[in-house]
Amino acid sequence: MKNETKKKVSQKSRGEVYITRERCKGCGICIKFCPSGVLAFSEDFNSKGFHTPIAVKPEDCTGCNLCSLYCPDFAIFAVRGKKSK
Amino acid sequence: MNDFLMMNPVEKYLRQDRMPHIWCPGCGIGTSLNCFIRALDESELNPDKVCVVSGIGCTGRVAGYVNLDSYHTTHGRAIPFATGLKLANPELKVVVFSGDGDLIAIGGNHFIHAAQKNMDITVICVNNFNYAMTGGQYGPTTPVSALTSTAPYGGYQMPFNLPKLAESAGAVYVARWTTYHVRQMKKSFQEALAKKGFSFVEVISQCPTLYGRRNKFRDGLAHMEWFKENSVVKDHPATSEISLGFRTYTLVGKFLDIERPTFLDAMNEQHSHIREHHK
Amino acid sequence: MKPEQDYVLTGTHFFKGNDAVCEGAITAGCRFVAGYPITPSTGIIERIALRFPFVGGAFIQMEDELSSSIAITGAVWAGSKAMTVTSGPGFSLMMENIGFAAMTETPCVFVNVQRGGPSTGLPTLPGQGDMMQARWGSHGDYAIIALSPDSPQECYNLIIQAFNFSEQFRVPVMFMMDECVAHMSERVVIPPAEEIDIFPRRYTTQSPETFELFRPGPDLVPDMVKAGDGYHVHITGLTHDEKGYPEITPECQAELIPRLINKIRFNEKKIRIVQRDIPENAEVVVVSYGITSRIVTRAVDMARAEGINAGVLRLIVVWPFPEEVIRDLAGSTKAFVVAEMNYGQVSLEVERCAAGKARVSNVPHAGGTVHEPEQILFAIHEAMR
Repeated sequence: MKNETKKKVSQKSRGEVYITRERCKGCGICIKFCPSGVLAFSEDFNSKGFHTPIAVKPEDCTGCNLCSLYCPDFAIFAVRGKKSK
Repeated sequence: MNDFLMMNPVEKYLRQDRMPHIWCPGCGIGTSLNCFIRALDESELNPDKVCVVSGIGCTGRVAGYVNLDSYHTTHGRAIPFATGLKLANPELKVVVFSGDGDLIAIGGNHFIHAAQKNMDITVICVNNFNYAMTGGQYGPTTPVSALTSTAPYGGYQMPFNLPKLAESAGAVYVARWTTYHVRQMKKSFQEALAKKGFSFVEVISQCPTLYGRRNKFRDGLAHMEWFKENSVVKDHPATSEISLGFRTYTLVGKFLDIERPTFLDAMNEQHSHIREHHK
Repeated sequence: MKPEQDYVLTGTHFFKGNDAVCEGAITAGCRFVAGYPITPSTGIIERIALRFPFVGGAFIQMEDELSSSIAITGAVWAGSKAMTVTSGPGFSLMMENIGFAAMTETPCVFVNVQRGGPSTGLPTLPGQGDMMQARWGSHGDYAIIALSPDSPQECYNLIIQAFNFSEQFRVPVMFMMDECVAHMSERVVIPPAEEIDIFPRRYTTQSPETFELFRPGPDLVPDMVKAGDGYHVHITGLTHDEKGYPEITPECQAELIPRLINKIRFNEKKIRIVQRDIPENAEVVVVSYGITSRIVTRAVDMARAEGINAGVLRLIVVWPFPEEVIRDLAGSTKAFVVAEMNYGQVSLEVERCAAGKARVSNVPHAGGTVHEPEQILFAIHEAMR
């Protein structure tokens, strides 16, 4: 089972979102309810054929973790706090 | 397993060897479980002492995914099983997590009797208005005129108002939220877990594959957006005012939070009194 | 292990069968009873309600037999020894949860004080018509153990045996009394606690990391745990693997179900309890259990006084059925007469096991009262012809 993390970090972001693509069933709830518009559907899909979320605006992630609370499949969560790379 | 997964505090509460779960894309049960686990994680409870009991149905599968002492019992009988667990070991924190059909139809009698006894258990009812596991038949909470597989021309039976039922039977904590209200739901779960006595939380959920599809909700997300647009949060209204109609507004909130002695309180008090006076 | 001495009422008592069951259960360590009133079993829960505050037990009268029968399984998984009591109509209601107890291998005891049936039947009068139901009442394939006491003394002794079997084999045990034995008062001698043996719950010594709740030992029986000890077990009524996780496949079914049956069937000799009074070259053997066996004793005395070489076989454990005993006897005796307070249930088993090597007849009785010895004697005569 392939699991990829898609994260881009900048000095300004206060949160970091992690996506377990293989668990995602493409319901779109996290994308819709993210208050900062961080997420969008990916072009490609996972091995089950679902388009999963990817962080298209990771710098806007506040780490509020609403995506994680909403996700029915435990496929996404966020971590608060600046991360340096 | 990928290396970042266990950074999510929720993961240790899941049986990793059984993921991913069987619920449909967009189903609200996963969200309810997610909020419950977060509530548990943020509580002071020792996970070793928490038991989850469920019945039969889609929501009933919750027991199979939590990494706690979990019991997947017979249809409608989660509450009496939970009663046995609690009375045999009062130190256990016992949570019943089941669906509208399981808890209120076949399990209805046990629901009202456990509330009447003020059994110290937390009951979470995920109400998706149908018997989903078996293909979407109508149940005790299906709104009038809704389409289901056994009411193909529309239902004509008045549904139960679950918070009112719980309150009139004797529950001490009653709340209702939809799967849209994740933060409030989590808070209610926290309060219910901390509460002594029969605490009841109804979670209104989308059922994208069956009830939702048949009743003009395009998908799980659309149904949740509908919850967002059509929910009214009221502070402590009377439970008699909060019936659910078909595609009308949904009243959510905390409806009841009172104190009264639990079954165990009363039993223990009597027992020690008897032992004192019958030496 | 030995029972808790403080709660054993050592001494000589004049007890009804129902009272003796209550005391025996307490001796055996039963500390959780969930029940629903139903004649003629109610006396048991009434005495339990009186006694439990003093032995540290929890008694709850549930709203029906459906909830009673599953509340006891919850209590077992929390660490208690548990029992429920009922009669025919309640026994029927409990069937789904008896199957659940069998499938999840939950050690517990179901007491059925049989009355005339079917349906509401004869609430205050005896019957023995639930014997096949005890074996086959729930849907699907599984095995249980069933005992049948013939006196208040046996109610005391055998309920302890029932709890012991349930723990030894991780199986629900049916305690098949009848209204006569329940309501009659007789001398019951309760020995000192140190003379009584209790089979303790077979809690695992393995750690949570390695333990699998449904992985059997060499006797085909797995070990137990209780909630709250960190094992994070999962039990389900669905067909499941050794971890207890649902696995809805024919392969898993083929692993699990034969083991549930064989753990009783292959251990039958360890479970078997019969009482024999069979002279050499006995021409006829009268088979019975419970209260009927007391009339059989009289009938056989009468037969012997007439010069008939008759024997008595009393089944104390009725299920698993002692097939080997009947097969052996069928080789040497000419006929079996099966006397039971029903229209022929255990007699079908006797007939099956005799396999034509001996004639089998029964003494049917619709219930409501015990047989007359003359009825059984008549059947003995008929069998000799």
